[in-house]
Amino acid sequence: MEASNLDVAYLALAAILFAIGGVGLLVRRNPLVMIMCVELMLNAVNVTFVAFGKMLNDISGQVIVFFVLVVAAAEVVVGLGLVVAMSRRRPGANADDLRLLRG
Amino acid sequence: MSVEVVVFAVCAVVVLLGGLGVVLSRNPVHSALSLVATLFGVAVLFLNMDAQLLAAVQVIVYTGAIVVLILFVMMLLGVDRDDDLDTEPLVGQRIFAVLIGVGMVGAVLAVLIIGGRDAVTGAQSVTGELAGGYDNVYELGRQLFTTYVFPLEVTAGLLTIAVVGAVVLSRRPKDVQPIPEPESMTDQGDEPLTLTHEEAGH
Repeated sequence: MEASNLDVAYLALAAILFAIGGVGLLVRRNPLVMIMCVELMLNAVNVTFVAFGKMLNDISGQVIVFFVLVVAAAEVVVGLGLVVAMSRRRPGANADDLRLLRG
Repeated sequence: MSVEVVVFAVCAVVVLLGGLGVVLSRNPVHSALSLVATLFGVAVLFLNMDAQLLAAVQVIVYTGAIVVLILFVMMLLGVDRDDDLDTEPLVGQRIFAVLIGVGMVGAVLAVLIIGGRDAVTGAQSVTGELAGGYDNVYELGRQLFTTYVFPLEVTAGLLTIAVVGAVVLSRRPKDVQPIPEPESMTDQGDEPLTLTHEEAGH
């Protein structure tokens, strides 16, 4: 199976999506929006993995996306737990208020 | 132009607009809805790349579970008011962030433009063939329970740790003063809807 130009376009799209998520993570201060930006970056990596798997005719790309999905779910659960713990101390908290969680 | 190219073009537009919507929306709820659009676009891209199982899992896990969880926490905490995007808390933060983003895209695009379809190197079909005569689901499951069985077991431990961590984080600590309960059901917003006792007395 020969790689086509469309496969390269998938990689380019994933790179742009990753950068959008990264810029959002750096710019936004609402912790929930920051979690969503991390999801964007993880999805961009997923697209890259599947595209690589297609270009190399290998199933491993799709298997690894499976594990990325699981890690993303765990990350969201823990991240939202942090947001809840932080907002309990100060409603409407932003990223700076994470220091409130210092034990 | 083949069907694959048309599907890719449409989904690319949806994915990128959704991604921009996540970053640029003032209201976090709008960000979450834009995230749904992006995740759906990615699911269709998976279908376009013959990853049928992953497309289904993407819709079920991401848009069905993760985004709903995020929206649930949003409603629980009541953070549905608009963020202030006009003021820049750190001077030059946005410019540097955009520069980093442009740098990342530029680096990858440079590799892709220079290398073209030869940018991806490596041995073909090491673990298992994508189109080896089996279904996508069959081949994925076979690799998951043979080659990748140890990571699969570790994943179970990771999920357990995440659940325990979420419970520990969400538990109300004893030493922290709990938020006082609202006096009435109509009194839960930031601004009290009803007069307090002091105000009513005057």
